[in-house]
Amino acid sequence: MPDDTPIPAIHDLGGAARFHCTPVEHDEVPPDAFGKKVDALRQILAQKGLMTVDELRRGIESIPESEYFALGYYERWLRSITLLMVEKGQVDRELLP
Amino acid sequence: MAAPPRPESIALLDRLMAALEAKGIVTEAEVAARQASTDKASPETGARMVAKAWTDPAYRALLLSDGKAAAEQMGVSMAGAPPLGVLENTPGRHHLVVCTLCSCYPRAVLGYPPNWYKSFAYRSRAVREPRQVLAEWGLNLPDSVEVRVVDSTADYRWMVLPMRPAGTEGWDEARLAGLVTRDAMVGVAVPVAG
Repeated sequence: MPDDTPIPAIHDLGGAARFHCTPVEHDEVPPDAFGKKVDALRQILAQKGLMTVDELRRGIESIPESEYFALGYYERWLRSITLLMVEKGQVDRELLP
Repeated sequence: MAAPPRPESIALLDRLMAALEAKGIVTEAEVAARQASTDKASPETGARMVAKAWTDPAYRALLLSDGKAAAEQMGVSMAGAPPLGVLENTPGRHHLVVCTLCSCYPRAVLGYPPNWYKSFAYRSRAVREPRQVLAEWGLNLPDSVEVRVVDSTADYRWMVLPMRPAGTEGWDEARLAGLVTRDAMVGVAVPVAG
């Protein structure tokens, strides 16, 4: 019988089997300077009407699987913010990795 | 533990900041000021809200019906934030909050989300085997307690109103607030007195 259940998108991790045997590590390390700066930059760009949370998410969710899991949390944000600023013509395309 | 950012990411942030600054969009000083104000948000705010709800029935009703208004009454600016839903734990029902898609979290009242909340394991497992995840963290709920898991999203954030622990009769708000941890407001722990 064909299974026509769509494969979940990369970010759609609820119930994802690949992490079932992974303990939830008690990681209490606060964000580092890099993460806090990316976070602050995102807030300012949103406040100035240059990006929305939905756009940020779309940028994160379009990161290819191999990179999605390799990049850190705020590295994924930075990748998305850079993409959005390029798309909106605010910065040069050459910035993109 | 979360890996440090790779050098190319740090370099990318520098280049992006320089490009945005050159266009007059943001300045380093603006970013630093925003970071400083974000750093001030902490779970102490949420804890004060919980403690007040434990002692003030009118505030409890407000908290459960409109979390944003309840936060604003504590002096927190919720401008631009999505709605905040607050779920009450009872002897028969325990709530657990997760964001399966990313990391949505009521940051204005709880501060930065911790790394484990953003981890792939938590996002995946909290909805599939919540009792197991809680048990691994030392919270063993009897079968008689229903576990309800809620998914925070970009458009709606959740926090938990835990049950006031026994043995705290007569305590004032400040003392009660000291019992309320961030974990209890996410639902991965429950407050205990003493």
